Amino acid sequence: MAGDGVIGDNPVDTSRRVFLTSATVATGAIGVGFALVPFISSWMPSERARAFGAPTELDISKIDPGQMVIVFWRKQPIFVVRRTPAMLATLAGHDDRLKDPKSENSDQPPYAKNVQRARNPEYLVLIGVCTHLGCMPKARFEAALPELGADWPGGFFCPCHGSRFDLSGRVFDGSPASVNLRVPPYAYPNDHTLVIGINDVNQKGAA
Amino acid sequence: MAAPVPPPAPPAKAGGLVAWIYKRLPVEEFIRDQATGYYAPKNFNIWYFFGSLALVVLVLQLATGIFLTMFYKPGEATSFDSVEFIMREVQWGWLIRYMHSTGASVFFIVVYLHMFRSLLYGSYKAPRELLWLIGMLVYLALMAEAFFGYVLPWGNMSFWGAQVIVNLFGTIPVIGPGLVLWIRGDYGIADATLGRFFALHVAAVPLAILLLVVLHLVALRHAGSNNPDGIEIKERVGADGHPLDGIPFHPYYTVKDVVGIGVMLVMLAIVVFFVPSFGGLFLEAPNFEPANPLSTPEHIAPVWYFTPYYAILRAVPDQRLGALLMFLAVALFVFLPWLDRSPVKSMRYRGILSRGALAMFAVCFVVLGYLGLQPAEGLYVILARIFAVGYFAYFILMPWYSRIDKVKPVPERVVFHEHE
Repeated sequence: MAGDGVIGDNPVDTSRRVFLTSATVATGAIGVGFALVPFISSWMPSERARAFGAPTELDISKIDPGQMVIVFWRKQPIFVVRRTPAMLATLAGHDDRLKDPKSENSDQPPYAKNVQRARNPEYLVLIGVCTHLGCMPKARFEAALPELGADWPGGFFCPCHGSRFDLSGRVFDGSPASVNLRVPPYAYPNDHTLVIGINDVNQKGAA
Repeated sequence: MAAPVPPPAPPAKAGGLVAWIYKRLPVEEFIRDQATGYYAPKNFNIWYFFGSLALVVLVLQLATGIFLTMFYKPGEATSFDSVEFIMREVQWGWLIRYMHSTGASVFFIVVYLHMFRSLLYGSYKAPRELLWLIGMLVYLALMAEAFFGYVLPWGNMSFWGAQVIVNLFGTIPVIGPGLVLWIRGDYGIADATLGRFFALHVAAVPLAILLLVVLHLVALRHAGSNNPDGIEIKERVGADGHPLDGIPFHPYYTVKDVVGIGVMLVMLAIVVFFVPSFGGLFLEAPNFEPANPLSTPEHIAPVWYFTPYYAILRAVPDQRLGALLMFLAVALFVFLPWLDRSPVKSMRYRGILSRGALAMFAVCFVVLGYLGLQPAEGLYVILARIFAVGYFAYFILMPWYSRIDKVKPVPERVVFHEHE
């Protein structure tokens, strides 16, 4: 056994060193990856933020026809418009000027994927956040407003970058926004109550 | 002109404490490597002030920022009031805060001029590609820093600016919506968002900037400064081993830079004392109202240093493409060292094509900056589209025009005209 264990006497086995180095680096990298999880996860909404994201109730019988109220759900303004028959009538006849008239590429629950984009056509419920970059569109319900043109049927106008939406929140051609205003999940437990944040009355809270 | 005198030898006979320190810390070597023994080209002109000016503004921002942190309270309920408290009740708080807010704009003025210098004299070309890339990282970090800082006062423009910028990440396919939720930490811009932006603004990003600035200086000292003639002065070395066209950075350029610093501080003081909001360009009127999630300001515009990119974003009638082009407008700078195929560096020896392209680019940048401040309607949008095309043409067409451009012969030594 002469020479065994004496440094410098035996040739260096570099392949072992390469293996041990790569194994150490790989193990360390996996460890760092796992250690990052809590830090990255800490940026997700806190339990408190999630709790405050619970469904919001609104008594819709107090909204006058043609009037809009804004409530907050999950820090986002929710537009609730009680549309008159005249307002609903404006929805027809400008499909060719819309980017997504049938809401194929837009975000809404299945029960709002129609021309009125609503469960009950009389009440329009929209997330009042422009799908372009998140400004709050302004209600411009009167038709043919001078600054919006003679063919303006009434709807929403975003002051930030000029996106236009009709009275169902469907986006017009030439807007920087690409999709229609989003519809939140909502349900009617009875005929005068609107609950925003659930898809049906037995559900506790939206996913 | 007499040859520059070599730097005086370090005090060899220093005794006592100085010698004790020098034996334990490489102070002498550091001063020699960075200042007295670093030979910079002797033909620097006014464009070469802005690097050291940027360093001075960085120190100003760190110093004023540390003091603001002592009085500022991040939080939906406290931010706006604590800024008002600084402005009205903290002794000299208004001065410290105006120095910080004006300093942010001065930082970008200085950095944009510093970057233009590099375009003018080809400072991004070999062997300084990494120097340029590190500088671009500093620029990106600076943009992040400025954005986070702008959110902190929690004025109405802070809130809606944050809303618009964070939503830009929502345009990324598939991961966009989840990413936006992660950045905000809530279903809207909220307390959670403000807290993390504060941490990033006062700790994470400044540390990154400091590290990158050190790397930038290390790369500069290693490759050596470029100059208005775009000549490598290291290729002509005298008998003493120093470049024939170089002079020691200290004392020659430190003294020169002190003059530039003086001029900049006078201009900074004029703004701080007489026009701190600079007509709405440095501090925007809607930000003197507290954040209101129910009221988008009539007209949203970022602070002036982001408006060229903002104009590009708004010029595109598709949100995803607009965000992509805006990102590209910043990212294209990174590729300049490889887009530029000209055999010479400096515009002094380039032809009409390169010079014209750079002039067009500068005009496009400034006009887009103006258009980004205007409402996105009618003629403004059409003009923004035209000038955005000019902006991108400078980069995209560079491999062709820089190659076919007629260049003049580059002299062997730097050109020096007295009283130029």
